[in-house]
Amino acid sequence: MFRNLTIGQHYPVDSPVHNLDPRLKIIFTIIFIISLFLIESFVGFLIVAAFLTVVITISKVPLKFVIKGLRPILFIILVTFLINLLMTPGRVVFSLGFIKITEEGLRQAGFMAVRLTLLIMGTSLLTLTTSPIILTDGIEALLKPFTKFGLPAHELAMMMTIALRFIPTLMEETEKIMKAQKSRGADFESGNIVSRAKNLVPLLVPLFISAFRRADELAMAMEARCYRGGVNRTRMRQMKITKGDYAAAFIFTVYLAAVIVFKIW
Amino acid sequence: MPIRAENIKYVYSEGTPFRTLALDGINVQINQGEFVGIIGHTGSGKSTLIQLFNGLEPATEGTVEVDGTLVGEDKKRLKTIRQKVGLVFQYPEYQLFEETVAKDVGFGPLNLGLSEEEISFRVKEALELVGFNYNKIKDASPFELSGGQKRRVAIAGVLAMKPDYLILDEPTAGLDPAGRNEIFRQIKKLHELSDVSVILVSHSMEDIAKLVDRVIVLCKGKVHMEGTPKEIYSEADELERIGLGIPQTASIVRELRKRGFNIKQDVLTIEEAKEEILKEVRRRNV
Repeated sequence: MFRNLTIGQHYPVDSPVHNLDPRLKIIFTIIFIISLFLIESFVGFLIVAAFLTVVITISKVPLKFVIKGLRPILFIILVTFLINLLMTPGRVVFSLGFIKITEEGLRQAGFMAVRLTLLIMGTSLLTLTTSPIILTDGIEALLKPFTKFGLPAHELAMMMTIALRFIPTLMEETEKIMKAQKSRGADFESGNIVSRAKNLVPLLVPLFISAFRRADELAMAMEARCYRGGVNRTRMRQMKITKGDYAAAFIFTVYLAAVIVFKIW
Repeated sequence: MPIRAENIKYVYSEGTPFRTLALDGINVQINQGEFVGIIGHTGSGKSTLIQLFNGLEPATEGTVEVDGTLVGEDKKRLKTIRQKVGLVFQYPEYQLFEETVAKDVGFGPLNLGLSEEEISFRVKEALELVGFNYNKIKDASPFELSGGQKRRVAIAGVLAMKPDYLILDEPTAGLDPAGRNEIFRQIKKLHELSDVSVILVSHSMEDIAKLVDRVIVLCKGKVHMEGTPKEIYSEADELERIGLGIPQTASIVRELRKRGFNIKQDVLTIEEAKEEILKEVRRRNV
């Protein structure tokens, strides 16, 4: 039952976007989000859409995949659209009973929907083109300056890496324990909510115990190999800014300049 | 009445690049009261096959019949089938969850909807079958026990359902020799005492050769060989070719035969090997 579940949504192909330095990608994504909020007209969104089209094409991720990422937040987009549509005061263009749709509301609602859609498409490109492990590496590097203020950057990144690493393991374990309990006549599929929740006990108790056991064993194995946190630790994958990164920075700057120029003008 | 599997095919991850054919045209029958060993290399499909026997996985193609009932046809009958076909997974101690040993062993019977007296009777019986003193162990927490003890409690949990067929997947994996012998001794005793059919799954011929009546050798999702342990033993070269180790006695006998000693090929136990070798020594001395 868990076999079809994919974690994150990393789409592993080889493309210039995939090979970008993760630090740059994270920074670009943040600036991209800010740039979206600078735009105040539909024409401005055309610049963003054009930019996204270029990036998606270069990344070799099928458009279908990027759009699929929208599905979970479709509901939020819809609610935002409706609230803006019905709650904005202004010149009424259509009314039915207490429902009034104004010209400003129509504009505002469309605006928010487009902005949210572009926002999600742009940010999902980050996770689509970066494997979770590399992404945590990038986050760690970016958080490093804050260690001076007591932020445990390396530890945070290590926790994220370990958590990601154990998701498939725990899912496999769940399936195994589920089968073992089913063999003893356990029923996970029928009954009302209360009895279903109760029936989960034979699954959850062994799962927690095994998670603790694994954590214990992992800690032991790490200690046996002299792990002692982030201080003076070198890495196997060094992050280096390459020609491709300069090219990406150039393209991104052009995009940003276009947005700003458009806003002032 | 037997378990009968006909023309079984099983495909993992159909429709993805990870598609694997785990079972490819399997035909096997397990008769009532039989003691059968299923051996095969890692990935030969043995664990998948036994999960089809009690309806945990549906076969992609082919049918499995338990005592005349088609597995998977009727969802409501699955519980009956799972009672009849008791499956002890690899490392079964990881399924323990209750506060006391008695409650954990009683989980299966409770799911079968039995009365309280019947449950406590079966729990006692099952725990004694696997060699525990019921009064001493019943209120202990399963998490305080040693590895070998935990495993015996888990096996008791399946026995308490009174299966007609008991399937054990690598029941001795990860145990020390003493724990291993203990488990095998009890499985043997159980088979002698009752008319339960036992199916022992292993990757090692050494472990099961002494116990079982019939061996089914799986290789790459197919039944590669089938026969009595003696028959399988005599094909030592073939066993090695498909990546299965052969028992030490068999390999010694084979080596001696190669060097011209006249020893019969299908020697099973160390005792037998000793007798045969002594016979040959006497012949030569004369």
